[in-house]
Amino acid sequence: MGNIERIDSRQVPAAREYLTFRLGNEEYGIDILRVQEIRGYEAPTRIANAPNFIKGVVNLRGVIAPIVDLRMRFGCERVDYNGLTVTVILNVGNRVIGAVVDSVSDVLEIPAQSVKPAPEINSAVDARYIVGLGQVGERMLILLDIASLIASPELGLIETREAA
Amino acid sequence: MGEMTSEGSQLSAGIDLSQFYQVFFEEAGENLDRMEQLLLELDIEAPDDEELNAIFRCAHSIKGGAATFGFADVAELTHQMETLLDKLRRHELQLTAPMVDVLLASGDALKAQLARHQTGAGDEFDTTELLFNIRAMVAGETPKVIAAAAAAAPAPVAAPAPAPAPAAAPAAAGARTLELTVGPLDDPSQANNLVDLFKEIVDLGTIEALDGGVAEGGMRRFKVVTSSSESDLLDLFTFHVSREHVRFAPIGEPAAAAPAPAADLGYGFFDDAPGAPAATEAAKEGEAGYGFFENSPGAPQSHVTPTESASPQAAKPAPKAAAKAEAKAGAALDAATIRVSVEKVDQLINLVGELVITQAMLAQNSRGLDPAVHQQMLAGLTDLDRNTRDLQEAVMSIRMIPMATVFNRFPRMLRDLAAKLGKKVDLVTQGEATELDKGLVEKITDPLTHLVRNSCDHGIELPQDRLAKGKPEQGTITLAASHQGGSIVIEVRDDGRGLSREKLLKKARERGLHAPDSLSDQEVWGLIFEPGFSTADQVTDVSGRGVGMDVVKKNIASLGGTVEIDSAEGYGMRVAVRLPLTLAIMDGMSVGVGEEVYILPLSSVVESFQVEPGMVKSIGNSGRVVEVRQEYMPVVELEQVFQVPRFDFEHVSSIMVVVEAEGGRVALLVDELLGQQQVVVKNLEANYRKVTDVSGATIMGDGRVALILDTGSLVRRSRH
Amino acid sequence: MHSILAVDDSASMRQMVSFTLKSAGYNVVEAVDGQDAFEKAGSRGFDLVLTDQNMPRMDGISLTKKLRENPQFKATPILILTTESSDQMKQAGRAAGATGWLVKPFDPSKLIEVIQKVIR
Repeated sequence: MGNIERIDSRQVPAAREYLTFRLGNEEYGIDILRVQEIRGYEAPTRIANAPNFIKGVVNLRGVIAPIVDLRMRFGCERVDYNGLTVTVILNVGNRVIGAVVDSVSDVLEIPAQSVKPAPEINSAVDARYIVGLGQVGERMLILLDIASLIASPELGLIETREAA
Repeated sequence: MGEMTSEGSQLSAGIDLSQFYQVFFEEAGENLDRMEQLLLELDIEAPDDEELNAIFRCAHSIKGGAATFGFADVAELTHQMETLLDKLRRHELQLTAPMVDVLLASGDALKAQLARHQTGAGDEFDTTELLFNIRAMVAGETPKVIAAAAAAAPAPVAAPAPAPAPAAAPAAAGARTLELTVGPLDDPSQANNLVDLFKEIVDLGTIEALDGGVAEGGMRRFKVVTSSSESDLLDLFTFHVSREHVRFAPIGEPAAAAPAPAADLGYGFFDDAPGAPAATEAAKEGEAGYGFFENSPGAPQSHVTPTESASPQAAKPAPKAAAKAEAKAGAALDAATIRVSVEKVDQLINLVGELVITQAMLAQNSRGLDPAVHQQMLAGLTDLDRNTRDLQEAVMSIRMIPMATVFNRFPRMLRDLAAKLGKKVDLVTQGEATELDKGLVEKITDPLTHLVRNSCDHGIELPQDRLAKGKPEQGTITLAASHQGGSIVIEVRDDGRGLSREKLLKKARERGLHAPDSLSDQEVWGLIFEPGFSTADQVTDVSGRGVGMDVVKKNIASLGGTVEIDSAEGYGMRVAVRLPLTLAIMDGMSVGVGEEVYILPLSSVVESFQVEPGMVKSIGNSGRVVEVRQEYMPVVELEQVFQVPRFDFEHVSSIMVVVEAEGGRVALLVDELLGQQQVVVKNLEANYRKVTDVSGATIMGDGRVALILDTGSLVRRSRH
Repeated sequence: MHSILAVDDSASMRQMVSFTLKSAGYNVVEAVDGQDAFEKAGSRGFDLVLTDQNMPRMDGISLTKKLRENPQFKATPILILTTESSDQMKQAGRAAGATGWLVKPFDPSKLIEVIQKVIR
């Protein structure tokens, strides 16, 4: 429609298959290639003095991985840990990280032409990490650039080296 | 070339020698290290025959491989070294200190050459000067010896070329006469291009054909008078003839010395020797380079009837060979060793680590079982426990290498450094066989190097100062390694000037550090680990490289190690570095705080005790201390440090665990002691980030993660 | 299939020789020095012994001498690999009972060529 497309530097994703999950009332999609596995939630070992959305670390077959609760990070009002709570194990930039979400729905194939550049929508996730909106029938998916999100300084999962 | 028609000959022609290069490089590296070590140990006054023989063999072995695999520059230099060493071992020449210097410098040059062949990068190493010096020595002359530049780091590409002493330059760069052998060439007239080359290029020198310009077996010989280096000449020649077909020798020496020219058949049989082929087949001796002995057993049928007497008489004694078993570095070791990549070993270690965790999990889950009912399974689990531990220990030991690999760098470094500083220093090493994990060895080398340099630079006095103090003019630096419990302790000791309490205090105050007179000696010595603190009266180019003792201490601490200093002014100083044997496994003590479990490195645990009322006192607002045997120790409450959630508000932690790190002690307040076990250390930074007061993590028997505490950091915390 | 005992203290040379011989269809047993070779030879016979001369513990000449004392090796071809083909070396080789010599360095095809002169 509008010929002024605001894509900034964001690329329309090359990914075609998305894992969809819910955070509060919103539904998100991430590149399935970044997903290592999906596990039920198990209480991690707490790390002192970490922000509240970093739940701690767990043992994934000998690998120590941090667990971040995306719901807490993105300001959902209430978070429960129940039988439905799911940890999505992501593999991003040679790191293994678990992300806690409300529930995982399915894996969808979204053709590139169905992905619209994201307008300045008011979502819980910072627009910087949104690559576009995917329309699938009735559902509107917010497609995330999960790699940038995980690496973002505000998540504090990754050491930012200050220039010495 | 003879015709080859029998089994396999066509296969053999296509063998690609490059597949053996890596083995050759490793082997040559080992030979060079060994040669350096032996050279440094030589008693110049009375060199040991056996040692000279061993050095000769190192050079010989490198030469053989280099010639076979086509590294002509390496073959050439080792050949010259071998010639000199051969004369030495035959007592035709008397060993001198300059010879040792030249041989050491040649070793450096070979390292650089080999590194160049191995990486395909770096400039060609100019060995003209070295070759000149060695040849002069072989001829019994005394060349103007070049001080070998100190090869500080074995960065092959940056290996320093021997800096010519100005006075020596003209002599070394002067014109010299060489015999040049070219061939074998399919078309010997190609060599005439070289003659034209000398006509075209001014200043190259002169060339004249020998043997009347006639090629012999495809080989041409020339006499060359030039001041250019051999490598420069080679570079020029390569446009006309390939490098491996060119040989130089000082005139008068047979140029066929290094690789034998291929015109020479390169083999031979002795008539009538066992197995020798018929005489008609055997090439004539002299041009064959191989031969069969007549009438020797197994000799091929010849028309000579074999004589009956097969008892050979030794006409001349064979050169005395080193038939004695070598007491030193097992030369026959590789019969019983294999090379395995470190990755494979690490993979094993990881797998065993997983196994240990699984085993711990099984052990934990079996605790509630009734021994009467599950007797067999419990017995099996006990065996599994033992086998797993043994397996783990065995696998870990694969990565263990002796400290000698680190210590061996120092004789050479110290020799060069002492010479530079005008000091006389003797190096003594103890406990070289003490083993340490390979990864740690690599990491500890730099800090130790710094400590040794520091001792030589700041500790050991100049010879005249030592004499004035009534000390022997030669200082001693001792490197000692030993196992103490689950750690290795490496000491660097010197008998130099030691640390001065007054100087250190004065300096600390100048730098605005808090340094009251009440500080204990230990604390004063500790000042030199403060950032930017240097005790040298002047910055030298030796230790004053911007790397201070503070960095050394940090590096050691990052390995889970500690540094201790002890000193007596005027008598010397001792630095003891204590390290865990491996970074992968640790003896831990698990403690409970609230619902959580933390692991303390057992090596830093001093004692634990039940807190009695009145033991803990508050001091102003700077925290609490506990009195243990008339000593007050800061108390660190883990509950607070780690903000452990409490559900039972009545609970009072009542157990103190005293830990020692970085020269200080603190008492950690915990709820309970859960036990001791070996833990597999995992780092948190792989997927997360550094966590304050935590050095790593491990996986407990129930599969949960427990954090390993950084006791050093907890001690530091209490100082603020 | 002919069996050859290849003796050299240098691992790279040993591998090269061994690989060359195996490629040519021979069976190869490697030894790291004279002593090792002597121990390995004690238990079985070989069709040829190829030994380096300059080695720790026991050199090629001494090995040759000792092997010739063993009836199993009375007529076995023994070739000494050497970097020096001096008369002195040849004299010592002959006296020890060696069959012949081969000058190092040699290339693989040369090695096969020489071996085929003594093993048929």
